[in-house]
Amino acid sequence: MATTSSTVSAPKKTTGGSPRPYRDALAASTARTLRRRRVTNHVMVGLTYLAAIIATIPLLLILAQLIKRGGASLNWDFFTKMPMPPGETGGGMANAIVGTGILVLIASIIGLPVGIGAGLYLAEQRGSRLATVVRFLSDVLNGLPSIVLGIFAWHMLVRPFRHFSALAGGIALAAMMVPLVTRATEEMIRLVPVSLREAALALGYTKWRTSLSVVLRTALPGIVTGTLVAVARIAGETAPLLFTAFGNNYWSVSPTQPIAALPMQIYNYANTPYDEWVSQAWAGALVLIGLVLVISIAARWATRSRFGFGGD
Amino acid sequence: MPIEAALDQNATPEAEQPVIEQRPAMGAERPICIAAESLDAYFGAARVVRDVSFAVETGRVTAIIGPSGCGKSTLLRCLNRMHETVPTARVEGEVRFNGRDIYERSVSAISVRRHIGMVFQRPTPFPTMSIRDNVAAGLKILPRDERPSRRDTDGIVETALRRAALWDEVSDRLGASAVALSGGQQQRLCIARALATSPTALLLDEPTASLDPISTQRVEELVYELREQITIIIVTHNMQQAARISDRTAFMLMGELIEYGPTNTIFTAPSDTRTEAYITGRFG
Repeated sequence: MATTSSTVSAPKKTTGGSPRPYRDALAASTARTLRRRRVTNHVMVGLTYLAAIIATIPLLLILAQLIKRGGASLNWDFFTKMPMPPGETGGGMANAIVGTGILVLIASIIGLPVGIGAGLYLAEQRGSRLATVVRFLSDVLNGLPSIVLGIFAWHMLVRPFRHFSALAGGIALAAMMVPLVTRATEEMIRLVPVSLREAALALGYTKWRTSLSVVLRTALPGIVTGTLVAVARIAGETAPLLFTAFGNNYWSVSPTQPIAALPMQIYNYANTPYDEWVSQAWAGALVLIGLVLVISIAARWATRSRFGFGGD
Repeated sequence: MPIEAALDQNATPEAEQPVIEQRPAMGAERPICIAAESLDAYFGAARVVRDVSFAVETGRVTAIIGPSGCGKSTLLRCLNRMHETVPTARVEGEVRFNGRDIYERSVSAISVRRHIGMVFQRPTPFPTMSIRDNVAAGLKILPRDERPSRRDTDGIVETALRRAALWDEVSDRLGASAVALSGGQQQRLCIARALATSPTALLLDEPTASLDPISTQRVEELVYELREQITIIIVTHNMQQAARISDRTAFMLMGELIEYGPTNTIFTAPSDTRTEAYITGRFG
């Protein structure tokens, strides 16, 4: 035992007066097992590094590709001009950019209050039967293919009125958004310590007041972040819009008329044989990603914590 | 409204003016502030407080001691109706606050908690609020006719912070975050927050358990200074603390109130062998 323990690099004093079982265990971990552990450790850490790098590769490749293919078509006209007929040079996607903005706005106006309210309910009444059912249904809705949502929205909101509309598209997107926002809100509210809730109640806060002005406010930076993820998700959706907002080659901001949207425009342009349009589709994709990035940064800046709590 | 009136009877009339009562000699009879009457508290089927009856005198510091899990925190939380905020928790029996049963149907838990403040084991400043707003948090939610104006609020905040011995440390940064304060300062902030609404009684649930010795000493001094102005019930693990700051001590064991009397008597001549065993360190 003396010979083996002398090769162990662990501090000597731990072997000194330790109880016997511990000393034996330590003696058993010879230099070889220690080396093996160290190697295993390095390999596993290396693998996680590798996984982290692989995880970011798609995004980097996509960005590189977008900049390479679409960068050339990206100029001021792209943001300010309307689409041109095939064969003519120039033109832009102003209508689609504004259309996407309007669709996201409609979806947010409907989806955010419902989603945040539902999340608050689920977090505060976590044990109740209704909450369990709502949580389950919300998860199912979250997993629903977006094309199914699109067909459903078409059936409910387009067919009865006999024409496509921005409103129908916005509502379809809102239906996608609600479960995302609900989940994000619930998770963030659950992170607020019970002690904070109790502190408010002990001050004489009513239950609803505790929920709104203490719990919700504390969770707000996290909820905003979660909400942004949802906005980014729906801003890039195509399927729910195909049968609802439909797309529009002309300028329209009316919620009752068909409206253009970037993802749909990208889809339509990319499917044409015209080089001009294909490269505009690439530029549109670049703008879409840029838009999502700008929304994220702007909202984070707007909700940056006065006190450096929450957020990140 | 009658309940508000009943609850307000012994409340301090002016918000920012601590009422210093005429000090009766120690041991003299005083009005009862809070009294529990055959109180049982449950979590689901578990009965964690068993048939407890005791009366707390106005303007005194009462300590509740006992081993972990003996129900002392739960007992404390029954006194301002915080126990019922936990799912499946319920209370049987009576708690009289200035003579009125707070578990009566017509009494709202909200008004009870406004009159009986509470400070918890861990400091709980509201992280989204500044130091000032934390102290004013209890004022903002008062009914419109009782809510102080902005300027009055500033005065009340200052008074509360002074009473909590925190004013000198934070007076130059009232707008700063409350979570930037040290643990001891945060706890005194929570005490200031509880004092700002000028409650009749203050319940302290192991207020120094997560503090360092110096902060602990400050909180203890604070409790000592607040006596007479306000009725204080403090739950503590620390028997020296109970001996130092309380007038009366209650010893609990497994949900039962074993012994309750003047602190001196409890620590020097307890009548129950279990109390003696606990305070001499034979268990718990």
